[in-house]
Amino acid sequence: MQITSPAFKENARAALADAQLQKALGNVREGFIDKRQRAVDALPEFDALRDSARSIKDHALAHLDLYLEAYEKKVTEAGGHVHWAETGADARAIILEICRAAGARTVTKGKSMITEEIELNHFLEKEGIRPVETDLGEYIIQLRRESPSHIIAPAVHLTKEQVEADFRRMHDHLPFARDLSEPESLLNEARRVLRAQYFMADVGITGANFLVAETGSSVIVTNEGNGDLTQILPRVHVVVASIEKIVPTLEDMGQILRVLARSATGQDMSVYTTVSTGPRRPGDPDGPDEYHVVLVDNGRSAMLGTEFQDMLRCIRCGACMNHCPVYHAVGGHAYGSVYPGPMGAVLTPSLVGVDKAGHLPNASTFCGRCEAVCPMRIPLPKMMRHWREREFSRGLNPATQRYGLRAWALFARHPRLYRLATAIAIPALSLFSAGKGRFRHLPLAGGWTKHRDMPAPEGRTFMQQWRDRDALKQGGQA
Amino acid sequence: MSGREAILNKVRGALGVSFGDASRASAVARRLDDAPVGVVPARGQLPESDRIALFCAMALKVSASVDRVKGPGEVPEAVAAYLRSKNLPASVRMGADERLQAMPWKAVPALEVKSGPAGAEDEVGVSHAIAGVAETGTVVLHSGAANPTTVNFLPEHHIVVVDAKEIAGDLETVFSRIRHRFGKGTMPRTVNLITGPSRSGDIEQKLLLGAHGPRALHLIVVDAG
Repeated sequence: MQITSPAFKENARAALADAQLQKALGNVREGFIDKRQRAVDALPEFDALRDSARSIKDHALAHLDLYLEAYEKKVTEAGGHVHWAETGADARAIILEICRAAGARTVTKGKSMITEEIELNHFLEKEGIRPVETDLGEYIIQLRRESPSHIIAPAVHLTKEQVEADFRRMHDHLPFARDLSEPESLLNEARRVLRAQYFMADVGITGANFLVAETGSSVIVTNEGNGDLTQILPRVHVVVASIEKIVPTLEDMGQILRVLARSATGQDMSVYTTVSTGPRRPGDPDGPDEYHVVLVDNGRSAMLGTEFQDMLRCIRCGACMNHCPVYHAVGGHAYGSVYPGPMGAVLTPSLVGVDKAGHLPNASTFCGRCEAVCPMRIPLPKMMRHWREREFSRGLNPATQRYGLRAWALFARHPRLYRLATAIAIPALSLFSAGKGRFRHLPLAGGWTKHRDMPAPEGRTFMQQWRDRDALKQGGQA
Repeated sequence: MSGREAILNKVRGALGVSFGDASRASAVARRLDDAPVGVVPARGQLPESDRIALFCAMALKVSASVDRVKGPGEVPEAVAAYLRSKNLPASVRMGADERLQAMPWKAVPALEVKSGPAGAEDEVGVSHAIAGVAETGTVVLHSGAANPTTVNFLPEHHIVVVDAKEIAGDLETVFSRIRHRFGKGTMPRTVNLITGPSRSGDIEQKLLLGAHGPRALHLIVVDAG
C-alpha cells in the first residue's frame, strides 16, 4: 500500500486550507449522521443485533482456520477455485495469472477495499491489462488517479463541479456542449460509458462483504448494481477477499447485514445483496464459466491473538469516520492510507507498521463517538491508545514529547510534588496572563501553542478549591 | 498449496491452537449443522395479511412501485398496464420460469415476450421471485436454467412477480426455505436479494436512482388465485 501517513501533519494542514475540500466535507457531516440515527431508531433490536454480530465474528475469528478450510471445501465442491495469498504481492501475482490464462485485456471491477489495499489497478496496468472501476465513486477517482477518501463513498471529497471537469476531460468523444451541471446528468453519462465496458471485459473482479463457510458463497452488498454486472457478464469472475470476511452460516450473515446498511448509509437493507456460489451451472443461460476466490492475509493473521484482534470484526461500514470530528475536519486523504478515520487509525499501523503510521492513532480527540456507533462494538479509542503505547515503548515519538510524558509520569506518581508544583504554577500563570484569560505563546510549550491558545488558569488549583468547599460544608454543619 | 499452509499455520500459531483439536472442530461442525437463528426483529412477525401489507409499504419506502393482482392469470395484463403507464414499448424479456410460462401472455394483444438471458437492448425484464421479505421490502431471486440473472440487472425496468403466500416476515425464514429447496449447504449459482431500484449517492451524497442496474423496480404481488 502506497502511503503518505508519515506526512499526516502536512496533509492535514493542506486539507484545512483547501476550500473545495471543506465544502465537499460538509456533505459527510450532513449526509450520514441523521440517516443512520433514523434507521437505528426504527429498529428496537438494533443493539441486540450488534451484540449478536459481535459474538458471531468473535466465534469465527477464534475458529478462523477451521472455517477457512470448511469454506474452501464448499467452494471446490461447487466448481470454484480457492487461491491463498500471504501478501499483497502474492495476491497480485495470482490475479495476474488468472487474467493471463483468460487472455484478458480489459477487467471490470466492483468496489473493493482489499484491491485498493494491494494496489491492484496500478499493477494490472503495468502488466498491460486495463482495469475499469465501475462503482461511480471509484470510477471518478480512477479518472483522477486518486485513492478513495472514504471506504464507502470514495469520491466524497469532490464537488460536482470537479466531477464535471473530469468527465469533460476524459470523455472527450462526447459533444462539449452537453449539460453536465447536475449530479443526474453526470450519473447518466457514467452509466452509458460504463455499460459498454461491462460487455467488453474478459474478467470481472469483485470484493466480498462476507464469505459463508456453510455454503462456500461470496457475498457482495451494493446499491448501484455495478458489482453484479461486473460478475455476471465476463467469462471469469474473481473474488478478492481478506481472510476475516468469513462467517459460519447464512443466518450469521443475516445478523450482520441488519447492522451493516443501517450503520453505513442509514438504509434498512442495501439495494443488492448477492450471494454467489461457484461458476455457471449446467443449463444456466448466463453467469461466468470460471469462479475464483483469492483469500488474502496481508497482515491479518498477525493481528489475531493480540490487542488488535477485535479490529478484525470490522465490516467496513464507515460509521466511525462519518462520526469523527477529525475526519470531518481533514477528510480521508490526509490519513495517507486507503483506510482513513478511526478504523484506519487502528488498521493502517497493523498493515504498514506504527513507525510509518504513528500519527494516525494520535490524530484523535478520544471523544469516543466512533466506538459508540460501531456496529461491531470495536473499542477503537482503546486500540488507538495501544498503538500510542507501542509507539512510546519503541521510542518512536519525538524527544520533547517523551520527556514531557516522563515528567508528567513523575508528578502523577508523587502527589505531594504535584500539589506543590501546581500551587506555584497555577497562580503564576494566572498572574502572567494579565487578565486576558489565555496565552498565545508559552515558553517550553511552543509546539502546543502554535496550533491553539492555552486557556489561563483562574488562580487556584482544583485541590485548593476542593478543600475550601469541604471546609465550607463542615462550617455549615457546625 | 504453500500459501495455504503458511496462512493456516500463522492463524493457528496466533490463536495458540494446534491442528486437530477435536473440541474446536466439533464446535465448528455444530454451528454449521445447526445454523442457529439469532435476533429476529419483531417488525415482520405478523399475521399474513399484515405481513403482505408491510412488505408493500417497505417496498414503496425504498422507491419500488407495487401492484397487487388476484391471481397469476392477471399478471400479463398488469405488466402491459405498467408498460403503458411508463410509455414503454410492448416488449419484455424473461427466462423460461414455469410459473411465468403458465401465465396467459398470448391473451395480451401486441405484447412481445422474448425468452432467454437479457442483452444490452432490453428495456424491460420480468422475473419471478422465490420469496419476499416483509421486514425490508426485499424480493429474493435465484439463478438457474429458467432464471437468467442478467434479466435482473441489464434492463432499465425490472418487473418482479412474487406470490403473496411466499412473503416471509424475515430473512431467516427465506434462508431456511432455500436450504430446504436446494439441500443443506448447497446454493444455486446466484441468489439475489433486491431491495428497491439501483441507486448511488456518490456525487455530493445526493441519492439518485438508476446507477447501473434498473432505474425502476416494479413488484406485482399475486394473491392466491
